[in-house]
Amino acid sequence: MSWLRITSPHGHGPLSTQRVMQLVLLATLPGVIAQTWFFGPGTLVNIVVGGALALGFEWLAVSLRGREPKAALSDFSVLVTSTLLCIALPPYSPWWLLVVGIASSVLLGKHLFGGLGYNPFNPAMVGYVVLLISFPLQMSSWAAPRGLTTPPGLFDAIGALFGTPLADALTSATPLDILRQNKGLLMDDLYATAPQFGRWAGIGWEWVNIGFLIGGLWLLYQRVFTWHAPLAMLAGLGLAALIGFDGGSSISGGSPLLHWLSGATMFGAFFIITDPVSSATSNRGRLLFGALIGVIIYLIRTQGNYPDAVAFAVLIMNFAAPLIDQYTVPKAYGHNKREES
Amino acid sequence: MRRVHNIHGGIHPPEEKDLSNPGVVVDAGLPDKLILPLSQHIGAPAKATVAVGDRVLGGQCLAVAQGVVSAAVHAPTSGIVTAIEPRPIPHPSGLDNMCVEIDCDGHDDWIDLKAIDDYRQLTPHDLLEVIKHAGIAGMGGAGFPTATKLLARDRHTIDTLIINGTECEPYITADDTLMQTAAEAIVEGAEILAYILDASTLIFGVEDNKPAALQVLQQAVAARAKGQTERQLDVVSFPTKYPSGGEKQLIEILTGLQVPSGGLPADLGIVCQNPGTAVAVRDAVLEGRPLVDRIVTLTGRALGKPANYRVRLGTPIAHLLALSDFDASQNERLIHGGPMMGFALGTDTVPVIKTTNCVLVPTRQELPIPPSAQACIRCGLCAEACPAELLPQQLYWYARAKDHEQLERHNLFDCIECGACSWVCPSNIPLVQYYRAAKGAIQEAREDKQRSDRARERFEARQERVAREAAEKEAKRAARKAAAEKKASESSDEDPVQAAIARAKARKAQVTAASEQDTPQP
Repeated sequence: MSWLRITSPHGHGPLSTQRVMQLVLLATLPGVIAQTWFFGPGTLVNIVVGGALALGFEWLAVSLRGREPKAALSDFSVLVTSTLLCIALPPYSPWWLLVVGIASSVLLGKHLFGGLGYNPFNPAMVGYVVLLISFPLQMSSWAAPRGLTTPPGLFDAIGALFGTPLADALTSATPLDILRQNKGLLMDDLYATAPQFGRWAGIGWEWVNIGFLIGGLWLLYQRVFTWHAPLAMLAGLGLAALIGFDGGSSISGGSPLLHWLSGATMFGAFFIITDPVSSATSNRGRLLFGALIGVIIYLIRTQGNYPDAVAFAVLIMNFAAPLIDQYTVPKAYGHNKREES
Repeated sequence: MRRVHNIHGGIHPPEEKDLSNPGVVVDAGLPDKLILPLSQHIGAPAKATVAVGDRVLGGQCLAVAQGVVSAAVHAPTSGIVTAIEPRPIPHPSGLDNMCVEIDCDGHDDWIDLKAIDDYRQLTPHDLLEVIKHAGIAGMGGAGFPTATKLLARDRHTIDTLIINGTECEPYITADDTLMQTAAEAIVEGAEILAYILDASTLIFGVEDNKPAALQVLQQAVAARAKGQTERQLDVVSFPTKYPSGGEKQLIEILTGLQVPSGGLPADLGIVCQNPGTAVAVRDAVLEGRPLVDRIVTLTGRALGKPANYRVRLGTPIAHLLALSDFDASQNERLIHGGPMMGFALGTDTVPVIKTTNCVLVPTRQELPIPPSAQACIRCGLCAEACPAELLPQQLYWYARAKDHEQLERHNLFDCIECGACSWVCPSNIPLVQYYRAAKGAIQEAREDKQRSDRARERFEARQERVAREAAEKEAKRAARKAAAEKKASESSDEDPVQAAIARAKARKAQVTAASEQDTPQP
């Protein structure tokens, strides 16, 4: 008889790319549940409709590129992209916002550069930034959290999807918005007067962030990524906030705790900057990559024109990742000094 | 108790060690024919000293070492030499190589073996000769000629000898079995090796998944420690992790030191040997027996009776498969060595050689054919697993881009090809294969460059010579012209006939002078 001649190793570990993607999707659950509890079913509708659109665009792109669509659709990567984008989008977005966002993510962010593994930028953030720049009104209209009002129901969500905007009573400015526009109140007064603020940060937002933190820690435990980038980002953001926090004057940038539990901080730290394709690749590089994202988020939140800044900070550092890689090649076994280029 | 250090990376594949019933040695018996490759080691092949038709006895030398890095080959039993020709041998290339075939006569007659009563009466170099003549090469897998490795004693001060009983590859239990059944012989052999190296410390390193082997080794060492040795003997166990048994990795685990890149363990005053090699050295010195057999693990779920066999070198693997109730229906691969670093054999006619520690015969379900590779998402799991602390994901991109400069900058040549990166890769990319190919391509490019450098030097030297000769010619011509003009101006008033004669004379003189000038100036 004749035997197959294949090179070593002959065994393989249990993990597959498909499994990694499924774990990431699963880990978004606590955050998505918190977001749904406080803001109603809008996010879920986003995720379902966005996911269907994403599969469609993926199929289109892969077919146009002459590849096998079945393999591409079954790796779950496009669902991760669409789910992350849809979590970031305001709930109760109209359908065309989803179409433009998903198309930008999948076609512009992913396939234009060669598909999975070749994209220099985080595809979800590409889609998000395209929408943020093109449709600032729709992108800044967030539902008011449970506690301020009763969240919209499923009918409102479907209505919103087909173009009926939410009633004004159902929307409200986000805490980061209020913080940015605050020019006169001390922080303590702001917490006392603005109903959007809760125990540590914004009502609802603090729990959404804690949800994504829990999901992220679970992924860390599953060894889907290393601690370097998330921890460095939270440390960078916290340190910058600590320096900028003058005890709570009206021009104060908010405490580290406020920044950690506001906006997309935890979502970004554990689900966006941990995208391995577009981040720095060595552990040392990821420390630098994460820390700088944290600092940039703080700078844009306090000095920039946008209330939140995770998407911009990530895209800026995506640019820098290859450069960081050049300067952070780790010391290999048996080498004395780090090889400097 | 010696402190154990951690190494970077590593993986925990299923160990599957119990499958082959470690600790029990089964005699594989005598096949009809033995096929003994002349190249069972790294280095130059041995040179046959027998001819077809010769009757040979067990222990008789069939082929002698050629050059420094080589090892002799001996007859494992008595019989007639029936062929000396290229045959399939166990090698990753799958190419045939020169073999001596012996038709065994079943008598198992042996030559008289010359035992050495007290090896301490011999010098280390005399013992190295004994080891060299016994044809011993590293039995852990690489097969580096042992006497040559021990020559490190001449260039370095060796203070530590490590006996590498790690056996970190899944499935393999040959060393485990040897340690359980021949611990005293291992310690005796290690003592001889330590004497040759003049090493004051002797460490037996064993992973903690072999408690039985650890126990008997500890007993053997304790027995020795009572007055028979002046050396420090340590049996050290450490956590099971692949590839702790890599020479560089084991040294770091046991000493905390890293072998310098491109260097040898001897640079740290350390030499590593496999337990099987230690026993072979003991047998060669104390009994005069050359290396003609070894323990081989036959394992995998396509075998009805996996076991550890004592096998004479040259035994065809088909003979062992038949002994182990091989079931071909669910089997696709025949692997020489373990699942991580072993190579697939194309045929079972190849023989067992000095480096054959395992023949793995898995079922299709046990080690499935890998699915096609997906895109690299740079997840970095490979970098977490890499024991050499490299960035496999970057090496992969640069290997695909054939960017040799970046490959070397990312220390491609520190890769030990352990396969941990491929094992963890969620996209099923055969990373090690890319590195092997890239290493080959870079070596080739280096050789090309050397060749072209030499060619360029030759060309430049020629250009220089041609230019120099042209300049000399030009200078001579100018000198002649000047002399002639001078002559002409001086003799313009004279009789033309006389002038012509004088000119001819002058030219003659000039030519003689010029030909003298032709010898190159120093």
